[in-house]
Parts: sequence; C-alpha cells; structure tokens
Amino acid sequence: MWSFFHKLGSPPWLYRIAGVLLRWLLPVSLLALGTGLIWGLLFTAPDFRQGNSYRIIYIHVPAAVVALAGYYVMALAGAVSLIWKMKVADIAMKATAPVGAALTFIALVTGSIWGKPTWGTWWVWDARITSMLILLFLYLGVIALYEAYDNKAAAGRACAVLSLVGTVNIPIIYKSVDWWYSLHQPASIKFTGESTIDPTMLYPLLLSIIAFYGVFTCALLGNMRAEILARETRTGWVRRLAGGEV
Amino acid sequence: MSAAPGALAFVGRLLRRQLTLALRRPVAVLNPLLFFAMVVALFPLGLGPAPDRLAAFAPGILWIIALLANLLSAEMLFRSDFEDGSLEQLLLSPQPLYLSVLAYVLAHWLLTGVLLAAIAPLFAVMLNLPVAALPALVGSLLLGTGVLSFVGSIGASLTVGLRRGGMLIALLVLPFYMPVLIFGAGAVEGALAGLPVAPYLAILGALFSFAAALGPFAIGAGLRISIDA
Repeated sequence: MWSFFHKLGSPPWLYRIAGVLLRWLLPVSLLALGTGLIWGLLFTAPDFRQGNSYRIIYIHVPAAVVALAGYYVMALAGAVSLIWKMKVADIAMKATAPVGAALTFIALVTGSIWGKPTWGTWWVWDARITSMLILLFLYLGVIALYEAYDNKAAAGRACAVLSLVGTVNIPIIYKSVDWWYSLHQPASIKFTGESTIDPTMLYPLLLSIIAFYGVFTCALLGNMRAEILARETRTGWVRRLAGGEV
Repeated sequence: MSAAPGALAFVGRLLRRQLTLALRRPVAVLNPLLFFAMVVALFPLGLGPAPDRLAAFAPGILWIIALLANLLSAEMLFRSDFEDGSLEQLLLSPQPLYLSVLAYVLAHWLLTGVLLAAIAPLFAVMLNLPVAALPALVGSLLLGTGVLSFVGSIGASLTVGLRRGGMLIALLVLPFYMPVLIFGAGAVEGALAGLPVAPYLAILGALFSFAAALGPFAIGAGLRISIDA
C-alpha cells in the first residue's frame, strides 16, 4: 500500500503507469463519446419546443459539467502538492489548467451557438454564462501565473494557493452572479428529486457526461506525461526513451 | 536591549509604520484619488453629458473606478518592502505572520478604500447621483473596499517577486472582485430605486469578515512563496 505512494514520487514509474492507463482509458472513452454523441444527435426525439437545436446539449452540458469539476481537480491537486509536497500532484495541477480552460471555452462557444436560435442572440449577460466566463478567467489566471514565474517550483506553489483561493470564491461568485440576473434555465438533472428531462434524452446525456470525464482524464494523463518528460529532459531514462544513447 | 513587543503592540507599530511611510509621500496617497477624479471626468466625455443618463450609470461607474483604483494601488503594497528586504525580516521575525499581514492590509484599506469612500460623494454629485443614494454609496464603498484590499493583497503577494506583475495581478484578482462589484453597485442602485439597502450592506459586511478571517493565510502563503522564489 505505502509503496504505491512512494512510487508516485518516481517520474519514470509515473510516466509508464500513466501510459498503461491511457492505453485502456482512451479507447473506452472515445467509444463512449462516439456512442453518446451518435445516440444523442441522431436517435433521440426532437424537443417539442426547441426542435433539433437542443441536441447541442450533448456537447454543451458535459463540457460545462467537466469544466467545473476540473477546477476542483486542479485545486485538490494544488492542495495535495502544498501539504504533502508530492511531485505528482504538482504535475497534475499544472496539467489540468489548459484542459479545463479548453472545456470551459467549448461550453461557452456551444452555449453561444445554442443561444442564437433559442434566445435570438449570441451572447447575453446572464448569470450562468457570466460565471462560466469568470471560470475561464480563473483558469487563464492560473496558466498566466505559472508562466510568469521563472522558478517552476515556486510557480507550482503560487498556482496552488491561487486555485485554493478560487475554490473558496467560486461558490460566492456563482451565487452572486445568480442573484444578479438569470435567463439560463435551471439545472434539469437532479440527484435528489425528479429530473425535468425525459429519460430517452437523459441516458445519452449521462453517457456523454461520463465520456467527457473519460476524455478529460485522458487529456490530463497525456499532459502529465508530456510535463514529466519536459521536467526530466536531462535524465538518462528520458534520453534512452528518445532513442539516443547516454 | 528591550524584549520583543507583544503581538498586538507589534501590529500597532507596523500599522503606524505603514501609515507614516505613506504620509511622508503625500502625493502617493493622493494618486488613487486623482486617478478616481480623472476617470470620472472621462465618462461624461465618452457617454455624453446628459444628466439623467449619467445618473443611471453613476453607481456602476463609481464602483468600477473604485475597483480599478484599488487594484492599481494594491500592486504596490508589498513592492518596496520586498525590494529593500524588510519583508524578509518580517517573515523571519517571531511575530505571527497573520497579524503582520493584517496590519499591511488595514493600512492599505485606510489609505485607499476609506479615503475613496470619503471623497466619493463629491464625484457622485458631479455625476448627478441623487443625494438620497449617497449614504448607500459611502457605506457600500467602506465595506466593499475592505474586501477588495484583502483580495488585492492576495494577488500582490503572489506577484510581488515578478518583474511584470502589473497586468498579471489584474487577471488574477479581477474575477474575485466581481461579487463585491455586484453587491456594491447593487446597494447604490437599490437606494436609487427606494429599496432597502441593509441587505446589500450585510452581505458586503459578511464578505469583509470572511476575507479578514481567511485572506491573511493566503497572503502569508503568497509572501513566503515570493520570498523563496
């Protein structure tokens, strides 16, 4: 049990195990993504009010859900790296930020495309849209802060502090914007109580959400592998890996 | 040789030091106020001088300028002490970092936020904001700028060691300023519409005490990282 934690500190082992995980997870997630999207986009009934335009939900909602969860993954990794000084957590935190930013961006763009036929406008300063935009800024802030430091160990810790401050603030930002102005529909899927979405639409959506989590994890692992290689460029095992003799 | 002062006496001295240092350079204290005045003058030029339109936008305008003035001054909060090494001495001293940081932020709030709140009614009248909304403006600015000082100091502590911190601190800190802006401008707009202002002020007060309770930990961590880097 403990040897597992010790091994986490070893970059070559981490690199290899992330590769093994990727080899299994990537095909499974892509298959789930393909199934979820094809099922949702082609084989569900059109919405009685929004017609076919609602089908973008199968991309929009999963991207938004995983983008929000991604921030907490980043902050949690940051907390672990601050408290226990684990290298793997630091690498994970750094690797999450661009993936989360990309997902937030996808959620904003698909939301905008969905808004045009539904609300008749590309952009409204509505509560949820605004808080997703703020989330994008938070991700970009973490990336920018990391890049600004020359000392990468300090950069990791600074970003960890920033993302932890963000976790405290996200609920406040979210609620404040919510009270400020809302046009966006309330959440349709609830863990407690009746969901307001038809089961035939719900199942492909849930599958898409799970698939997005899978793809997110794959992107995270890939990023972590790249980061490990970048940090260990000068070591023997990376040179052997690159084919060059030491 | 005298013994080290107690924690509270130390905070008092640190606060007095910050205020004395600032007052010895009065222009530096006046800079945020001048900035405030200048930007207020830009809005009628950009939006047109129609009094009723200016009055409608005044709560948002005043609050956004207060936000930016706070941001610009927060960037300088730790800089000179970082450069001459006194910040490092502070971190090495046996005094609790939480309280030292509190003294810094308090000084920043007194010198920018409180002064801005005191002078804001003048500019509010220039923007045609009805006199009835002035108490809400001053109250919300007093409480809100306190939160801004804490949040801005977190950004300042993380960027003080960087050469080009200016734009970066804006990117880091402005998202966290947004709730304060919403409730601050909301209080003034509420007062304009004849709604009760107390709930807004209560929320701002809650944010203030929350920021005062947790903010110094983040600021302290940020300062340690910046000193180590």
